[in-house]
Amino acid sequence: MRSLITMDDLSNEEINEILDDAERLMPVAKGDIYLPLLEGKILGNMFFEPSTRTRMSFETAMKRLGGEVLNLGAVASSSVVKGETLYDTIRMVDGYSDIIALRHPRQGAAQYASDAANVPIANAGDGAGHHPTQTMLDLFTIRQAHKTLQGLKVILVGDLRYGRTVHSLSHAMARLGCELVFVSPESLKMPKEIIKDLENHGAEISESDSLARELESADVIYMTRIQKERFPDEDEYKKVAGSFKLEAADLASCKENMIVMHPLPRVDEINPDVDKTTHARYFEQAFNGVVTRMALLCRMMKVEVPSKINEVKK
Amino acid sequence: MSSSEQSMRRVTAIRNGTVIDHVPAGQALLALQVFGVHGENSNPVSLVMNVPSGKHGNKDIIKIEDRELTQEELDKLALIAPHASVSIIRNYSVAEKRNVQIGDEVVNVAKCSYSNCITRGLREPLSHRLKVVSKDPFELRCHYCGRIQDLDSLVENLI
Repeated sequence: MRSLITMDDLSNEEINEILDDAERLMPVAKGDIYLPLLEGKILGNMFFEPSTRTRMSFETAMKRLGGEVLNLGAVASSSVVKGETLYDTIRMVDGYSDIIALRHPRQGAAQYASDAANVPIANAGDGAGHHPTQTMLDLFTIRQAHKTLQGLKVILVGDLRYGRTVHSLSHAMARLGCELVFVSPESLKMPKEIIKDLENHGAEISESDSLARELESADVIYMTRIQKERFPDEDEYKKVAGSFKLEAADLASCKENMIVMHPLPRVDEINPDVDKTTHARYFEQAFNGVVTRMALLCRMMKVEVPSKINEVKK
Repeated sequence: MSSSEQSMRRVTAIRNGTVIDHVPAGQALLALQVFGVHGENSNPVSLVMNVPSGKHGNKDIIKIEDRELTQEELDKLALIAPHASVSIIRNYSVAEKRNVQIGDEVVNVAKCSYSNCITRGLREPLSHRLKVVSKDPFELRCHYCGRIQDLDSLVENLI
């Protein structure tokens, strides 16, 4: 793997190997063990769109492994406002770093950057396209809870049209033999190219307009925010905002080991009373961003994660 | 006389120029836009639309007089008429036969139709690349953003 643009860049075997690496790196992610596997390496963090979790977890992941981070900083204070192309910006940072994490409002930006750069590109979200590093932490969280990634029933809820996390996750889950149910407002349905790809993977998929109907049989409920910033006008946003909401009382008939996930930030789609239930996993999910990105950074820079790392004390 | 020959003879033979056969039915006007033929100041053009074709149901045929289409123009034609066959006519005879061929990728022929694709950004210098995912039915996807291309609006995005 040179760059990670979509989940198609990883085989199922590689996904499992990276998640295994991530599991072993957990004490390093927590700061209990210092393991400078990436000492002397530099990550170029290029976020052209707002980000809290992804940007910070990439930075933490790099630093926990002894590497360093260059940040693009606010777009308003960079050469982008002077009209610099993405191509030129990437070519410049390509010379300053060993790997680049890129978030960009335009779809296809990560592939474009990968074609322009010599160093690997980690797609940290490209418009309404893909977000594969998020998917890796989602898979890690699902595997933690269910001890498997296969044969699960996964309900994806909310903005499936613009939601890049659900695009990447559905690709991966389909390949792993999971059943997928898409619950969304009519105007925010999963894009046709994603549906086609999933069908090509032989996925068992269905669409539903009722979250309540799907709750009982679900192994994973993956909630997403209706993204106001992706709508061309506010009236269209208002029509669908708040379409699907989850409260603790809704979970009474769910399977005991069913988990509720969310890539965060949330608005009102998950009531805070769900946080206290045994089903809530979104905060663990956010933490898992560090450990899975540590494993991904190692893999993409061809640095092997030792099979035993407990001995290396801080 | 075969149905194809009957179709070809619906209009008179041309002395010099290009004959494009096996254009998908109803697409001939779109093909003319691709070649920049708008009517007012173009060479004489004859169109036959929606005639029976042994190969692909119905088809359109275009005859453009006194103009030999270039390979670059034929590359563009491939996007809307991937099965078209092209004859270059000189002095009433077929001087050259060309098949429109489309490879696995179409480079710098059309822009991605998705308005938020990175390639729609101003001055981005890398090539416009559309991947041919399927030839029958014809399906194109942007190499960068992965969007399936709307074939009806493709002509508006030709470079």
